[in-house]
Amino acid sequence: MIPHDPPSAQQLVESVREWLERDVLASTTGRVQFHTRVAINVLAMVERELELGPAQATDHRDRLQALGFADDAELAAAIRSGVVDDDGPQAGAVRDAVWASVRDKLIVANPRYLEA
Amino acid sequence: MAANELAASLSVVLGGATVTDLARLTGGASRETWRFVADDRPLILQRQRGGDVRDMATEFAVLRAAHAAGVPVPEVITASTDPSGLGAAYMVLSHVDGETIARKILRDETFAGARTHLTADFARALARLHSIDTASVPSLQSTDQVVQYRQVLDSFGDPHPAFELAFRWLERHRPPTGRQCVVHGDFRMGNIMVGPDGLRAVLDWELSHVGDPMEDLGWLCVKAWRFGSRKPVAGIGEYDELFGAYAQAAGVDVDPDVVRWWEVLGTLKWGIMCIMQTQSHITGLARSHELAAIGRRVCENEHDLFLALDGRW
Repeated sequence: MIPHDPPSAQQLVESVREWLERDVLASTTGRVQFHTRVAINVLAMVERELELGPAQATDHRDRLQALGFADDAELAAAIRSGVVDDDGPQAGAVRDAVWASVRDKLIVANPRYLEA
Repeated sequence: MAANELAASLSVVLGGATVTDLARLTGGASRETWRFVADDRPLILQRQRGGDVRDMATEFAVLRAAHAAGVPVPEVITASTDPSGLGAAYMVLSHVDGETIARKILRDETFAGARTHLTADFARALARLHSIDTASVPSLQSTDQVVQYRQVLDSFGDPHPAFELAFRWLERHRPPTGRQCVVHGDFRMGNIMVGPDGLRAVLDWELSHVGDPMEDLGWLCVKAWRFGSRKPVAGIGEYDELFGAYAQAAGVDVDPDVVRWWEVLGTLKWGIMCIMQTQSHITGLARSHELAAIGRRVCENEHDLFLALDGRW
Protein backbone atom coordinates (compact mmCIF):
# COMPACT_ATOMS: atom_id res chain seq x y z
CA MET A 1 0.00 0.00 0.00
CA ILE A 2 1.46 3.39 -1.00
CA PRO A 3 0.05 6.86 -0.26
CA HIS A 4 0.84 8.35 -3.68
CA ASP A 5 -1.66 9.69 -6.20
CA PRO A 6 -1.64 8.59 -9.84
CA PRO A 7 0.38 8.42 -12.00
CA SER A 8 2.27 5.44 -10.67
CA ALA A 9 6.08 5.43 -10.65
CA GLN A 10 5.95 3.28 -13.77
CA GLN A 11 3.63 5.73 -15.54
CA LEU A 12 5.86 8.68 -14.56
CA VAL A 13 8.97 7.02 -16.00
CA GLU A 14 6.98 6.05 -19.10
CA SER A 15 5.95 9.69 -19.64
CA VAL A 16 9.59 10.84 -19.63
CA ARG A 17 10.62 8.00 -21.97
CA GLU A 18 7.85 8.96 -24.40
CA TRP A 19 8.98 12.60 -24.37
CA LEU A 20 12.58 11.51 -25.14
CA GLU A 21 11.33 9.34 -28.02
CA ARG A 22 8.89 11.91 -29.39
CA ASP A 23 10.74 15.24 -29.05
CA VAL A 24 14.37 14.88 -27.94
CA LEU A 25 15.48 12.17 -30.35
CA ALA A 26 14.32 14.15 -33.39
CA SER A 27 15.96 17.40 -32.31
CA THR A 28 19.40 16.00 -31.48
CA THR A 29 22.29 14.51 -33.47
CA GLY A 30 25.53 12.67 -32.91
CA ARG A 31 26.69 12.07 -29.37
CA VAL A 32 23.67 13.65 -27.64
CA GLN A 33 21.28 11.61 -29.81
CA PHE A 34 23.23 8.44 -28.99
CA HIS A 35 23.00 9.23 -25.28
CA THR A 36 19.28 9.93 -25.71
CA ARG A 37 18.86 6.41 -27.10
CA VAL A 38 20.76 5.04 -24.12
CA ALA A 39 18.49 7.02 -21.77
CA ILE A 40 15.37 5.63 -23.52
CA ASN A 41 16.68 2.10 -23.05
CA VAL A 42 17.47 2.78 -19.39
CA LEU A 43 13.97 4.12 -18.68
CA ALA A 44 12.31 1.21 -20.49
CA MET A 45 14.40 -1.11 -18.28
CA VAL A 46 13.21 0.70 -15.15
CA GLU A 47 9.59 0.37 -16.34
CA ARG A 48 10.03 -3.40 -16.77
CA GLU A 49 11.64 -3.70 -13.35
CA LEU A 50 8.80 -1.75 -11.70
CA GLU A 51 6.30 -4.07 -13.40
CA LEU A 52 8.04 -7.42 -12.94
CA GLY A 53 10.36 -6.80 -9.98
CA PRO A 54 8.04 -7.75 -7.07
CA ALA A 55 7.10 -11.13 -8.58
CA GLN A 56 10.74 -11.77 -9.55
CA ALA A 57 11.85 -11.06 -5.98
CA THR A 58 9.41 -13.68 -4.64
CA ASP A 59 10.47 -16.24 -7.25
CA HIS A 60 14.15 -15.59 -6.52
CA ARG A 61 13.68 -16.06 -2.77
CA ASP A 62 11.68 -19.27 -3.35
CA ARG A 63 14.36 -20.71 -5.65
CA LEU A 64 17.12 -20.03 -3.12
CA GLN A 65 15.08 -21.42 -0.21
CA ALA A 66 14.32 -24.61 -2.13
CA LEU A 67 18.10 -25.15 -2.38
CA GLY A 68 18.66 -24.25 1.27
CA PHE A 69 20.33 -20.87 0.73
CA ALA A 70 19.33 -17.55 2.31
CA ASP A 71 20.68 -15.38 -0.49
CA ASP A 72 22.95 -15.18 -3.55
CA ALA A 73 26.01 -14.66 -1.37
CA GLU A 74 25.49 -18.06 0.32
CA LEU A 75 24.85 -19.75 -3.01
CA ALA A 76 27.91 -18.15 -4.62
CA ALA A 77 30.09 -19.20 -1.66
CA ALA A 78 28.79 -22.79 -1.85
CA ILE A 79 29.55 -23.08 -5.56
CA ARG A 80 32.98 -21.56 -5.09
CA SER A 81 34.00 -23.76 -2.17
CA GLY A 82 32.82 -26.91 -3.90
CA VAL A 83 30.07 -27.59 -1.31
CA VAL A 84 27.84 -27.95 -4.35
CA ASP A 85 29.59 -30.91 -5.92
CA ASP A 86 29.97 -30.22 -9.64
CA ASP A 87 28.86 -33.74 -10.52
CA GLY A 88 26.66 -34.38 -7.47
CA PRO A 89 22.85 -34.61 -7.28
CA GLN A 90 22.41 -30.94 -6.32
CA ALA A 91 24.45 -29.60 -9.25
CA GLY A 92 21.59 -29.79 -11.74
CA ALA A 93 19.14 -28.03 -9.41
CA VAL A 94 21.70 -25.29 -8.70
CA ARG A 95 22.34 -24.74 -12.39
CA ASP A 96 18.60 -24.58 -13.11
CA ALA A 97 18.11 -22.02 -10.32
CA VAL A 98 21.01 -19.84 -11.44
CA TRP A 99 19.84 -20.04 -15.05
CA ALA A 100 16.32 -18.98 -13.99
CA SER A 101 17.79 -15.92 -12.21
CA VAL A 102 19.85 -15.00 -15.26
CA ARG A 103 16.73 -15.23 -17.44
CA ASP A 104 14.81 -12.98 -15.03
CA LYS A 105 17.62 -10.42 -15.12
CA LEU A 106 17.61 -10.45 -18.93
CA ILE A 107 13.82 -10.12 -19.14
CA VAL A 108 14.25 -6.77 -17.35
CA ALA A 109 17.60 -5.65 -18.77
CA ASN A 110 17.35 -6.70 -22.41
CA PRO A 111 14.53 -9.13 -23.33
CA ARG A 112 15.62 -9.23 -26.98
CA TYR A 113 18.88 -10.92 -25.96
CA LEU A 114 16.90 -14.04 -24.99
CA GLU A 115 15.29 -14.22 -28.43
CA ALA A 116 18.60 -14.13 -30.31
CA MET B 1 45.98 21.86 -19.44
CA ALA B 2 44.18 24.04 -22.01
CA ALA B 3 44.45 23.13 -25.69
CA ASN B 4 46.72 26.09 -26.55
CA GLU B 5 49.08 25.22 -23.66
CA LEU B 6 49.08 21.59 -24.78
CA ALA B 7 49.96 22.64 -28.35
CA ALA B 8 52.87 24.74 -27.04
CA SER B 9 54.15 21.87 -24.86
CA LEU B 10 53.79 19.42 -27.76
CA SER B 11 55.94 21.72 -29.88
CA VAL B 12 58.65 21.59 -27.18
CA VAL B 13 58.67 17.78 -26.85
CA LEU B 14 58.78 17.53 -30.67
CA GLY B 15 61.91 19.66 -30.88
CA GLY B 16 60.25 22.93 -31.90
CA ALA B 17 57.89 21.56 -34.57
CA THR B 18 54.97 23.78 -35.62
CA VAL B 19 51.86 22.24 -34.02
CA THR B 20 48.47 22.97 -35.59
CA ASP B 21 44.93 21.49 -35.84
CA LEU B 22 44.96 20.04 -32.31
CA ALA B 23 41.62 18.30 -31.67
CA ARG B 24 40.43 15.96 -28.94
CA LEU B 25 39.16 12.56 -30.08
CA THR B 26 36.97 10.29 -27.99
CA GLY B 27 39.13 8.20 -25.70
CA GLY B 28 38.81 5.50 -23.10
CA ALA B 29 38.54 5.92 -19.35
CA SER B 30 42.30 5.52 -18.88
CA ARG B 31 43.61 8.03 -21.41
CA GLU B 32 42.90 11.01 -23.65
CA THR B 33 43.50 10.83 -27.38
CA TRP B 34 44.27 13.92 -29.47
CA ARG B 35 44.90 14.43 -33.18
CA PHE B 36 47.23 17.16 -34.44
CA VAL B 37 49.60 18.16 -37.21
CA ALA B 38 53.33 18.78 -36.60
CA ASP B 39 55.18 20.38 -39.53
CA ASP B 40 52.55 19.05 -41.97
CA ARG B 41 52.71 15.50 -40.55
CA PRO B 42 49.48 14.18 -38.97
CA LEU B 43 50.15 12.65 -35.54
CA ILE B 44 48.27 11.19 -32.58
CA LEU B 45 48.84 12.00 -28.91
CA GLN B 46 47.79 9.57 -26.19
CA ARG B 47 48.01 10.99 -22.69
CA GLN B 48 47.40 9.06 -19.49
CA ARG B 49 44.58 10.19 -17.22
CA GLY B 50 44.71 10.53 -13.46
CA GLY B 51 43.61 7.34 -11.73
CA ASP B 52 45.22 5.01 -14.28
CA VAL B 53 48.00 3.24 -12.43
CA ARG B 54 49.47 1.34 -15.38
CA ASP B 55 53.03 2.02 -16.45
CA MET B 56 52.78 3.55 -19.91
CA ALA B 57 56.48 2.86 -20.49
CA THR B 58 55.63 -0.83 -20.89
CA GLU B 59 53.06 0.01 -23.53
CA PHE B 60 55.36 2.08 -25.67
CA ALA B 61 58.13 -0.49 -25.24
CA VAL B 62 55.84 -3.23 -26.56
CA LEU B 63 54.65 -0.97 -29.41
CA ARG B 64 58.26 -0.41 -30.45
CA ALA B 65 59.00 -4.14 -30.23
CA ALA B 66 55.88 -4.89 -32.30
CA HIS B 67 56.96 -2.36 -34.93
CA ALA B 68 60.42 -3.94 -35.06
CA ALA B 69 58.83 -7.41 -35.42
CA GLY B 70 56.81 -6.25 -38.44
CA VAL B 71 53.40 -6.11 -36.76
CA PRO B 72 51.30 -3.36 -38.40
CA VAL B 73 51.22 -0.72 -35.64
CA PRO B 74 51.55 3.06 -35.43
CA GLU B 75 55.16 4.20 -35.11
CA VAL B 76 56.17 5.67 -31.73
CA ILE B 77 57.54 9.16 -32.57
CA THR B 78 58.33 10.13 -28.99
CA ALA B 79 57.11 9.01 -25.57
CA SER B 80 57.79 9.70 -21.91
CA THR B 81 56.52 8.90 -18.43
CA ASP B 82 57.94 12.22 -17.15
CA PRO B 83 54.92 14.43 -16.36
CA SER B 84 56.96 17.63 -16.75
CA GLY B 85 56.58 17.52 -20.55
CA LEU B 86 52.79 17.28 -21.08
CA GLY B 87 51.44 17.04 -17.54
CA ALA B 88 51.18 13.22 -17.60
CA ALA B 89 52.78 10.19 -19.24
CA TYR B 90 52.24 10.31 -23.00
CA MET B 91 53.15 8.89 -26.36
CA VAL B 92 53.09 10.56 -29.77
CA LEU B 93 52.27 8.12 -32.56
CA SER B 94 52.14 8.27 -36.34
CA HIS B 95 48.59 8.73 -37.61
CA VAL B 96 47.14 5.70 -39.40
CA ASP B 97 44.17 6.42 -41.63
CA GLY B 98 41.18 4.07 -41.43
CA GLU B 99 38.15 2.94 -39.46
CA THR B 100 37.89 1.34 -36.02
CA ILE B 101 34.10 1.36 -35.49
CA ALA B 102 32.99 -2.28 -35.58
CA ARG B 103 29.50 -1.71 -36.99
CA LYS B 104 30.91 0.19 -39.98
CA ILE B 105 33.61 -2.42 -40.68
CA LEU B 106 30.99 -5.20 -40.41
CA ARG B 107 28.31 -3.58 -42.56
CA ASP B 108 29.53 -0.70 -44.78
CA GLU B 109 30.01 -1.39 -48.49
CA THR B 110 33.43 0.35 -48.29
CA PHE B 111 34.79 -2.65 -46.37
CA ALA B 112 33.09 -5.43 -48.39
CA GLY B 113 36.39 -6.36 -50.04
CA ALA B 114 38.33 -6.16 -46.78
CA ARG B 115 35.83 -8.46 -45.07
CA THR B 116 36.71 -11.30 -47.44
CA HIS B 117 40.24 -11.50 -46.00
CA LEU B 118 40.15 -9.73 -42.60
CA THR B 119 40.04 -13.02 -40.68
CA ALA B 120 43.27 -14.08 -42.39
CA ASP B 121 44.74 -10.58 -41.81
CA PHE B 122 43.95 -10.92 -38.10
CA ALA B 123 45.51 -14.40 -37.96
CA ARG B 124 48.73 -13.19 -39.62
CA ALA B 125 48.99 -10.14 -37.34
CA LEU B 126 48.47 -12.35 -34.28
CA ALA B 127 51.09 -14.87 -35.44
CA ARG B 128 53.52 -12.01 -36.00
CA LEU B 129 52.90 -10.36 -32.63
CA HIS B 130 53.19 -13.72 -30.86
CA SER B 131 56.69 -14.00 -32.35
CA ILE B 132 57.94 -10.88 -30.52
CA ASP B 133 60.88 -11.78 -28.30
CA THR B 134 59.59 -11.48 -24.72
CA ALA B 135 63.12 -10.57 -23.60
CA SER B 136 62.85 -7.37 -25.66
CA VAL B 137 60.11 -6.09 -23.33
CA PRO B 138 61.31 -7.21 -19.88
CA SER B 139 58.72 -5.12 -18.01
CA LEU B 140 55.78 -7.10 -19.49
CA GLN B 141 54.03 -8.99 -16.70
CA SER B 142 53.09 -12.66 -16.82
CA THR B 143 49.69 -12.79 -15.14
CA ASP B 144 47.34 -15.70 -14.50
CA GLN B 145 44.12 -14.31 -15.98
CA VAL B 146 41.85 -16.53 -13.87
CA VAL B 147 43.52 -15.38 -10.64
CA GLN B 148 43.60 -11.76 -11.78
CA TYR B 149 39.90 -11.52 -12.66
CA ARG B 150 38.89 -13.52 -9.57
CA GLN B 151 40.60 -10.80 -7.52
CA VAL B 152 38.88 -8.03 -9.49
CA LEU B 153 35.46 -9.66 -9.02
CA ASP B 154 36.05 -10.19 -5.30
CA SER B 155 37.08 -6.55 -4.87
CA PHE B 156 33.51 -5.46 -5.71
CA GLY B 157 31.91 -7.71 -3.09
CA ASP B 158 28.67 -8.49 -4.98
CA PRO B 159 27.89 -12.22 -5.33
CA HIS B 160 27.53 -13.67 -8.84
CA PRO B 161 26.56 -17.37 -8.72
CA ALA B 162 26.69 -17.68 -12.53
CA PHE B 163 30.27 -16.38 -12.57
CA GLU B 164 31.17 -18.85 -9.81
CA LEU B 165 29.89 -21.71 -11.98
CA ALA B 166 32.07 -20.40 -14.81
CA PHE B 167 35.14 -20.14 -12.56
CA ARG B 168 34.58 -23.78 -11.46
CA TRP B 169 34.35 -24.91 -15.06
CA LEU B 170 37.51 -22.99 -15.98
CA GLU B 171 39.43 -24.51 -13.08
CA ARG B 172 38.28 -28.04 -13.97
CA HIS B 173 39.02 -27.70 -17.68
CA ARG B 174 42.18 -25.60 -17.64
CA PRO B 175 44.46 -26.66 -20.50
CA PRO B 176 48.14 -27.40 -19.79
CA THR B 177 50.33 -24.31 -19.84
CA GLY B 178 51.22 -23.66 -23.45
CA ARG B 179 53.88 -21.60 -25.12
CA GLN B 180 54.44 -18.29 -23.30
CA CYS B 181 54.75 -15.25 -25.51
CA VAL B 182 53.74 -11.61 -25.88
CA VAL B 183 49.93 -11.45 -25.86
CA HIS B 184 48.10 -8.32 -27.03
CA GLY B 185 45.32 -8.82 -24.48
CA ASP B 186 42.60 -6.79 -26.21
CA PHE B 187 42.76 -7.85 -29.89
CA ARG B 188 39.22 -7.24 -31.22
CA MET B 189 37.14 -4.94 -33.42
CA GLY B 190 37.33 -1.44 -31.99
CA ASN B 191 41.06 -1.76 -31.34
CA ILE B 192 42.06 -2.51 -34.93
CA MET B 193 42.37 0.08 -37.69
CA VAL B 194 40.86 -1.21 -40.93
CA GLY B 195 40.88 0.26 -44.44
CA PRO B 196 39.19 -0.89 -47.65
CA ASP B 197 42.40 -2.90 -48.25
CA GLY B 198 42.17 -4.75 -44.90
CA LEU B 199 43.97 -4.56 -41.53
CA ARG B 200 46.13 -1.43 -41.28
CA ALA B 201 47.19 -1.22 -37.62
CA VAL B 202 46.80 -3.03 -34.30
CA LEU B 203 46.04 -0.41 -31.62
CA ASP B 204 45.50 -0.23 -27.83
CA TRP B 205 48.26 -2.35 -26.36
CA GLU B 206 47.63 -1.29 -22.77
CA LEU B 207 46.49 -4.81 -21.69
CA SER B 208 49.43 -6.60 -23.29
CA HIS B 209 51.22 -9.16 -21.14
CA VAL B 210 53.09 -12.46 -21.32
CA GLY B 211 50.82 -15.47 -21.65
CA ASP B 212 49.38 -18.22 -23.84
CA PRO B 213 48.97 -17.05 -27.46
CA MET B 214 45.59 -18.83 -27.62
CA GLU B 215 44.25 -16.16 -25.23
CA ASP B 216 44.24 -13.64 -28.11
CA LEU B 217 42.41 -16.07 -30.43
CA GLY B 218 39.78 -16.85 -27.80
CA TRP B 219 39.20 -13.16 -26.97
CA LEU B 220 38.69 -12.37 -30.68
CA CYS B 221 35.82 -14.90 -30.72
CA VAL B 222 33.94 -13.66 -27.61
CA LYS B 223 30.29 -13.04 -28.50
CA ALA B 224 30.31 -9.37 -27.46
CA TRP B 225 32.89 -8.67 -30.20
CA ARG B 226 30.60 -10.08 -32.93
CA PHE B 227 28.41 -6.97 -32.63
CA GLY B 228 25.22 -8.84 -33.50
CA SER B 229 26.71 -10.87 -36.38
CA ARG B 230 26.36 -14.66 -36.38
CA LYS B 231 29.97 -15.25 -37.45
CA PRO B 232 32.10 -16.28 -34.47
CA VAL B 233 35.42 -14.62 -35.32
CA ALA B 234 34.98 -10.87 -34.73
CA GLY B 235 31.63 -11.06 -36.53
CA ILE B 236 33.35 -11.68 -39.88
CA GLY B 237 34.85 -15.16 -39.99
CA GLU B 238 34.48 -18.83 -39.09
CA TYR B 239 36.60 -20.64 -36.51
CA ASP B 240 38.22 -22.86 -39.16
CA GLU B 241 39.32 -19.85 -41.22
CA LEU B 242 41.02 -18.26 -38.19
CA PHE B 243 42.63 -21.48 -36.98
CA GLY B 244 43.84 -22.49 -40.46
CA ALA B 245 45.32 -19.07 -41.28
CA TYR B 246 46.97 -18.82 -37.85
CA ALA B 247 48.47 -22.32 -38.11
CA GLN B 248 49.88 -21.49 -41.53
CA ALA B 249 51.35 -18.14 -40.41
CA ALA B 250 52.67 -19.26 -37.00
CA GLY B 251 53.70 -22.78 -37.95
CA VAL B 252 51.87 -24.30 -34.97
CA ASP B 253 48.61 -26.24 -34.86
CA VAL B 254 45.63 -24.72 -33.08
CA ASP B 255 43.68 -26.88 -30.61
CA PRO B 256 40.05 -25.65 -30.84
CA ASP B 257 39.32 -26.85 -27.28
CA VAL B 258 42.10 -24.64 -25.91
CA VAL B 259 40.78 -21.62 -27.82
CA ARG B 260 37.29 -22.43 -26.51
CA TRP B 261 38.59 -22.41 -22.92
CA TRP B 262 40.02 -18.94 -23.53
CA GLU B 263 36.77 -17.85 -25.17
CA VAL B 264 34.84 -18.89 -22.03
CA LEU B 265 37.37 -17.03 -19.87
CA GLY B 266 37.02 -14.04 -22.23
CA THR B 267 33.24 -14.03 -21.82
CA LEU B 268 33.69 -14.09 -18.04
CA LYS B 269 36.31 -11.31 -18.27
CA TRP B 270 34.02 -9.08 -20.31
CA GLY B 271 31.26 -9.65 -17.73
CA ILE B 272 33.63 -8.55 -14.96
CA MET B 273 34.78 -5.58 -17.09
CA CYS B 274 31.11 -4.51 -17.34
CA ILE B 275 31.02 -4.40 -13.54
CA MET B 276 34.25 -2.35 -13.56
CA GLN B 277 32.70 0.15 -15.97
CA THR B 278 29.51 0.57 -13.97
CA GLN B 279 31.62 0.93 -10.80
CA SER B 280 33.41 3.90 -12.34
CA HIS B 281 29.99 5.60 -12.46
CA ILE B 282 28.86 4.41 -9.02
CA THR B 283 32.07 5.52 -7.29
CA GLY B 284 31.96 8.89 -9.06
CA LEU B 285 35.14 8.41 -11.12
CA ALA B 286 33.14 9.13 -14.29
CA ARG B 287 29.44 9.90 -13.80
CA SER B 288 27.51 8.71 -16.88
CA HIS B 289 24.17 6.98 -17.47
CA GLU B 290 25.86 5.09 -20.32
CA LEU B 291 28.40 3.57 -17.90
CA ALA B 292 25.61 2.98 -15.35
CA ALA B 293 23.59 1.01 -17.92
CA ILE B 294 26.56 -1.27 -18.70
CA GLY B 295 26.11 -2.79 -15.22
CA ARG B 296 22.87 -4.31 -16.47
CA ARG B 297 24.72 -6.00 -19.35
CA VAL B 298 26.46 -8.37 -16.92
CA CYS B 299 23.57 -10.85 -17.31
CA GLU B 300 24.17 -11.01 -21.10
CA ASN B 301 27.58 -12.51 -20.31
CA GLU B 302 26.07 -14.83 -17.71
CA HIS B 303 23.63 -16.01 -20.40
CA ASP B 304 26.47 -16.61 -22.88
CA LEU B 305 28.46 -18.49 -20.23
CA PHE B 306 25.51 -20.80 -19.61
CA LEU B 307 25.24 -21.58 -23.30
CA ALA B 308 28.99 -22.18 -23.47
CA LEU B 309 29.03 -24.48 -20.43
CA ASP B 310 26.14 -26.43 -21.95
CA GLY B 311 28.16 -26.82 -25.13
CA ARG B 312 25.68 -24.66 -27.06
CA TRP B 313 27.61 -22.07 -29.05
